[in-house]
Amino acid sequence: MYFTSYEFILFLVILFVIYYLIPKKNQWILLLLASYVFYSFAGLGYLVYILVTTLSTYFISRKIGLLHSTSSVYLKQNKGELSREERKAYKSGIKKKQRMWLVVCMVFNFGILAVLKYSDFTIANINSVFDLLKINKNIPVLGFILPLGISFYTFQTMGYIIDVYRDKYPYEKNIFKLALFISFFPQLIQGPISRFDDLKESLFAEHSFDTRAISFGLQRVLWGFFKKLVIADRLLVAVNTIIRSPDDYQGVYVLVGMFFYAIQLYADFTGGIDIAIGVAEVFGVSLKENFQRPYFSKSITEYWRRWHISLGTWFKDYMFFPISVSKSMLNLSKKCRRIFGDPIGKRIPVYLATIIVWFTTGIWHGAAWNFVVWGLLNCLVILVSQECIPLYQSFHKRFNVQDAFYYRLFQVVRTFWLMSFLRTLDCYRNVSTTFRMYGTVFTKWNWNELINGGLLGLGLTRWDYLVLIIAVLIILYVSLASRSKSYREILLTKPLLVRYLAYFALIISILIFGAYGVGYDSSQFIYSQF
Amino acid sequence: MEQILEILEGLHPEIDFETCDTLIDDKIIDSFDIVTLISDLSEEFDVTIPVEDIIPENFNSAKAIKALIERLLEDE
Repeated sequence: MYFTSYEFILFLVILFVIYYLIPKKNQWILLLLASYVFYSFAGLGYLVYILVTTLSTYFISRKIGLLHSTSSVYLKQNKGELSREERKAYKSGIKKKQRMWLVVCMVFNFGILAVLKYSDFTIANINSVFDLLKINKNIPVLGFILPLGISFYTFQTMGYIIDVYRDKYPYEKNIFKLALFISFFPQLIQGPISRFDDLKESLFAEHSFDTRAISFGLQRVLWGFFKKLVIADRLLVAVNTIIRSPDDYQGVYVLVGMFFYAIQLYADFTGGIDIAIGVAEVFGVSLKENFQRPYFSKSITEYWRRWHISLGTWFKDYMFFPISVSKSMLNLSKKCRRIFGDPIGKRIPVYLATIIVWFTTGIWHGAAWNFVVWGLLNCLVILVSQECIPLYQSFHKRFNVQDAFYYRLFQVVRTFWLMSFLRTLDCYRNVSTTFRMYGTVFTKWNWNELINGGLLGLGLTRWDYLVLIIAVLIILYVSLASRSKSYREILLTKPLLVRYLAYFALIISILIFGAYGVGYDSSQFIYSQF
Repeated sequence: MEQILEILEGLHPEIDFETCDTLIDDKIIDSFDIVTLISDLSEEFDVTIPVEDIIPENFNSAKAIKALIERLLEDE
């Protein structure tokens, strides 16, 4: 059941009515049932995976949590009797046990994800090595179908269990509440990847019928539909035309595809997150924002702080820091400082951790080399720009342009172009094709086709382009207007007539200009495949 | 405190670390700086800074960093 389907709207209406009619203390139970009903639409068989992950997370987090509580009781009771060394040894023994359970949970939960998502990729690579070595052997692929949202809920559960291990908060004693945290349907398909301490309060609270929150939620849902149906699904046609026929669409079309895909992905992913946050808001649940106007970023590092925030912070908190400040990494850094000097030694932990994180970010997006290369190229750009900081600083000092509008505009355009360029790897889904296509930008000069009707051969009419231009301008306006305050708050200060005209215009534009029908696939969100 | 200020100034000489208390909130020091900072602090004070202590409140100012180091030294 996709967010843009009629079934989903019907599902929401029924759930909404029951949610605000039943006793408030049962609302979270209804959300749990609804989440499982929603998930079962993707296939009853998939329920097994999410159930198994929930059970393993519950029992192991319970084990770790109980070790925390029993150890603190023991230490309190024996405060005067234990020496400093004995306390230290006891604490370290407990930590060791907890770490062992954490590793078991990680191996189990990530193991499910790894087998389902990466086994065929691994087998294909092994077969390629066999071919290369001329070994006459071929391992058959397993052909697993990836359960919906598995990358998202696995990361969410692992974040939870690591937090319990770090004693950031106590483990959730009620297995059904934990099950709801893992399966909460608005965030299940494409995030955001929530943290338990951020979500639990509003997820399990009793919610009264709050007209303001509900109306805000519905506005957000409408805005998401607008982005997805009017922009993303319309552009999908042109993008598919270009990338599916790389021999026919080369040169300037590669740049057109790159630019269109950047807008399509933005509208698709932020639209999907708008729907997720809006739906949750209708039920009184607050999901964290996943974007902060990312296309206005002035550098790639800033861009990654503002795009898919929940994934970025997940990698930072649960991978980048644990690796870079681990004892072994700090020892390695110390050794390298002695051998190669301070500047290189200091960089070792940061560089190694960044490379590992970006390799994983790439492979998280998909089991294919194009994603790995995409991740590593991002890493390269980030590390190179890190090294260039002194250069930028002296440039800014000398020319004093940092606050000039045109210089900031240049930085924004440069970052947008760079990110779009890298993302083309995700488009063609093949490393050599992507670079071959980029080569044609320089070798095939067909810019004149742009004004000779070439754009009209991409499956979009003049009318479609007009709709797209207006829709993108609206998004740009809303984005610029909501720099300090959400646009819904701004709209609330306008006269009633203006507000209702805006809502009405939004609904009408989705109904009239939404991309429906033959040739348009409005069912899939790009990130739901990850 | 002197040693902490010296380490911080090594990262960003242009910042007045004695008064600034929004190092993380205002993104003055980023993740890369934190790793270098932790590596320097661990070496200077011979202390292990656990990953669970890498939270904004512990790194927002030189004072907060000092409090963190003192707490960790006491625990050890």
